[in-house]
Formats: sequence, structure tokens, C-alpha cells
Amino acid sequence: MYPRGLWPLFALPGIVWLLLLFLVPFYAVIAVAFGTVDPIFQNPVPVWNPLDWNYDYVLETVIGFLPGNDYWRVFVRTTKYVAASLALCLLIGYPVAYYISRHAGRTKSLLVALLVLPFWVSYLMRMLAWVNLLAPGGYVNDILTWTHLVTTPPDWLNGNPYSVVLGLVYGYIPYLIMPLLASLDRIDKSLLEAARDLGASPFRAFVHVTLPLSKTGILGASVIITLPMFGDYYTPNIVSGSPQTSMLGNQIDIFFHGGPQPAIGAALTMVLSTFLGVLMVYYMYTVAKASREART
Amino acid sequence: MTAASASLALPANRSALRRARDWAANPWARPRFLVLVTWVYIVWSIAPVIIAIQFSFNAGRSLTAWQGFSLTRWYFDDPENSVWNDPALQGALIQSLKLAALDMLIATPLGVLLALGLARWRGYAAEAGNLLMLFPLVTPEIVMGVSLSLVFAYLFDFIEPSTTAQVLGHVTFSLSYVVVIVRGRLFSIGRQYEEAAADLGATPWETLWLVLLPLLLPAVLSSMMIVFAISIDDFVISQWLSCGADCDTIPIRIYSATRAAPLPSINALAAIMVYFTIAALVLSYFLFRFLTRGERAAGKAGRSVVQDMGGFDM
Repeated sequence: MYPRGLWPLFALPGIVWLLLLFLVPFYAVIAVAFGTVDPIFQNPVPVWNPLDWNYDYVLETVIGFLPGNDYWRVFVRTTKYVAASLALCLLIGYPVAYYISRHAGRTKSLLVALLVLPFWVSYLMRMLAWVNLLAPGGYVNDILTWTHLVTTPPDWLNGNPYSVVLGLVYGYIPYLIMPLLASLDRIDKSLLEAARDLGASPFRAFVHVTLPLSKTGILGASVIITLPMFGDYYTPNIVSGSPQTSMLGNQIDIFFHGGPQPAIGAALTMVLSTFLGVLMVYYMYTVAKASREART
Repeated sequence: MTAASASLALPANRSALRRARDWAANPWARPRFLVLVTWVYIVWSIAPVIIAIQFSFNAGRSLTAWQGFSLTRWYFDDPENSVWNDPALQGALIQSLKLAALDMLIATPLGVLLALGLARWRGYAAEAGNLLMLFPLVTPEIVMGVSLSLVFAYLFDFIEPSTTAQVLGHVTFSLSYVVVIVRGRLFSIGRQYEEAAADLGATPWETLWLVLLPLLLPAVLSSMMIVFAISIDDFVISQWLSCGADCDTIPIRIYSATRAAPLPSINALAAIMVYFTIAALVLSYFLFRFLTRGERAAGKAGRSVVQDMGGFDM
């Protein structure tokens, strides 16, 4: 029906774009990480040929990740924040997605519209909103002192890990709920009816039918928010700004923006990407499987 | 007297508590506990933003204490610090809109072509292209920011950190969203309309232009909307490829303002962005309804609301 070669021709500009501005730049990170530093100007000199690579900076960075060293502490802290945020996101997000998917009935469109709303408000704007609320004399402390829950209002915005977790949860939970909702929506309702007909209580039907069927959705949605959370540096900077709550992303940010050595920053970026690569590959594997199933 | 009323109040109080518990646990009708969680979540997710917008109408300079209502002080009136009169804020607004518009104009056609190509082209090269297209969706933005800033510094050094660099970066991360949305639509409309057109004697060009493109329009519209939204929302890529104050976008302004002493004008700036997106959203929603009106009548009951909006069905 269409001339041969039309589809490759259509795909070509996009693929060239991604090669030049996604794949090649990633190689640039590797070249800088395995590069040298100009002895006079102290700026990095990338080494493009793998045979000439200088392993010093990467080695130094990897050693920094060994237990007890500097990056190890940051890594453990980052993992703690991300794990806590992810757990909270799932605890809040799953019931919400489940309710909207199964029971919302006629209010479903309205609820979905309200759920989507945060997507259309800039992430930074939503962080700014919390900074306003948590500031000394802000509404949160007003409410806490007014209800006599605390006598002296806590300092939320200077190195408070709870604020960082709150910021992460508030920032990323919409990105978890939407794919979760989509996956719960895809569950065949007749399977649940069958479980109920065969005598399962609503709770058992949930545990043995809905939950296993939404496993892929839960994992996929978790990966979707875990990846950006690991690379986040602006959330801790905005709601805390203290080195005590700095995450891996902050470490990279410091090395590039006014920091001493971009080569180490590049090596850190590489280590972070390798670590996240496992998650990415898993995620893309499930997406590819799903799209193959959709095609057939 | 007081003791008697207190002892009277206690059981009433307890039964109110029990009633609240019974209401939430109610095993027969709709799961009220879930209703509660859902609505509390929704209020929690929206209230802070509404409060932030409210403070853009504060008559005073505080961001934490309400000092009276002023509709326009931080938008137009204040001679130095309002969005209209502060060149830094005005510049950020213009830069954000400029980036989003350029991103939309470049990424949408590029992405539609790529989606068509990848969906219909079979073979190993297409599989590889598909994989390459999925990567930007899952790469943390900081990794893309670092890599783009390094490639512009050491390899493509004819491109300096500038608006051009920012546009290139924005297109790179928004391209894949367009592909995913358009491809989803492509699979759901199938090939029968094109085959019918070809059977009735349409040339390939006519089939593409008169049959496929109109059918893809809702998805094109959704992707334009999403590209606009993610571009205007983007902070990381804009920051890493920024040329300094002249390249500041709204999110960069907000970021630097939260660490200095912000005025309500920063809330006004952020609020303007919300007004823009909501206006665009309402507009595109009605356009979307208009473009898919036949399908709705034909009854695609199986499709969920989420899929209808197109963006989230990856």
C-alpha cells in the first residue's frame, strides 16, 4: 500500500536526533569520566578513545562508594529517603487508585480530572507552595501551635529529613498514581466476579486476584518514580538546602556548578546511571512486553 | 454542675467516635474508608497550590501571613517587584513560553514521524530505534542535563549554553512522549481505514494526508499539550543548559527565589503559569471531544477515561 522505505524515511530524523543528542552526549559523560584534567587550567580534557582512558577518577569515585566512605554515606541517605518516599507513595497511592478504578462510579471522571491536576502545575511551583506553608509563621506551624500539638514550632526548612521526604512524596506521587490507575483499569472485572461467585470474600478476592494482577503495575509505577527520585537534587535543595540532607544528585550538582572537578562529577553520573540502569532495563523490558501484547 | 455535664458529654462523645468508626468500616455499601483516603489525598494534593496562588494576591510582602487582598499588586501594580515591572520575572515568563512553543513546534512533527516509522517499520533497526526512543523516558533528568552540558562543552562546541541549547535539550526529552502517545493511537485505530482508502483508489500520499493524519489528530493534539506542559514544567535541563540570567525560565526563577527572600511576585509568576496551562487544557479538552465525537457515539465503552486523555497509557 505504501512505497517501500517510507517508514524508515519517516523514522530517520527522529532517530538521528536521538543518536546525536541522547546517545552521543552519554558517551561524552563517559569520555570525561575516563579523561584527564588540564594541568594549568584545571578543566577536564575528555578522552574519546577507550584505549587511552585514564581510570583514576572513576576508580576514586568507586572507592568513595565503599562502606564508610563519603559517597557511601550519601548513597545510604539517598536510598533511605527514596525508600521511605516510595513506601509512603504506595501506601497513599494504591488505595486512591484502587478506589477510583473500582468504586468511583459516576464520580470517576471528576476524580481522574482532579488527580491529573497536579500534573499541570509545575513541580517547582508545588515545592514553593510547601516552602510557604512550612516557613516559620506559615500555616503548618500555625495549625500545630493552635492545636497545641507542639509548644515550640519545629524548624522545617533547614536540614529536616522529614521535609525532604514530604517534598519527594508530594512531588512524585501523581506520577505513581496515574500508571497504577491505568494498570488497575486494565484488570478484567469478570475475574473478580468469578472469585466472588466461587465464594471468596471481598478481602480474599482482593488479595488473591486484584493484588497479583496489579503486581506489574505496582512495580512499573514504582520504577517510574524511583528513577527520577534518585537523580533529584532540587527537592532537597529547596526544602532543606543543608548538606545534612544532600542526596546523590546534590553531590553531582556541586561538582559541576562551581565545584572543583567536573571529571569526578561525570564519574559520579556514570556510577549513578549504572546503578539505575538495572531498574531501567527492567522497566523497558516490561513496557516492551506490554506493547508486544498490545500489537498482537 | 460542670462535673455532671462533663460526665454526660463523655458517652455522647464515645458514641460519636464509634459512629465515625462504623461509618468508615461500613462493610456493606461502598468502602467508605477508601472514599475518605481518596478525598483527603485530593485535598492534600491541591490545597498547597491553591494557598500559594492565594498568596499571589496578598496585599503585603509576606508569603506566610495574609495581609489583605490585592488583585493586581504583584501582577501589574507594584512599580518594581510585580511580574510586569520586574525585568527578571518578565524575562523568565517570556523565556518559558518561548521554549515551550519552540519545543512544541519541533518535537511534535518529529515525534509523529518517528512514531509512524517505528510502528510500521519491521526489522532489527526498528527494534533498536524503539529501544533508543524509550531510554529518554526513564533516564533521570540530571543524567541528561550533565550529558548534554558536557557534549555542548567538549564535542558540539559550536553550540554554547543558550536558548538554542535549551531548545535542543527540551526537544530531546519530549520527543519520546509524542512517540508513545501517537503510537498508542496508531495501534488503536488499526489499518482498516487506510486499506479501505487504498482499495477505493487513493494514492499513498492521499491516504496519509486525508485518512491517517485526520485520524491521528486527537493524539497529535494531546501530545502538543503534553509537550507544552512538560517543557514549561522543566527545571533540570533548562538549568544545565542555561546561559545565565538571560536564559532563566520560570522554574529556575522559583528555584533561586526560594533560597533568597521571596516576595509574592514569585507566587504570581508561578500562578500565571498555572493559568496558562489550565486555559490550554480546557481548550484542548474541548477540541479533543470535538475531534473524537464520532468514536464516542459509536460506543467505545471499553476504553477508560485515562486512555482517552492519551498521555498516561504507556
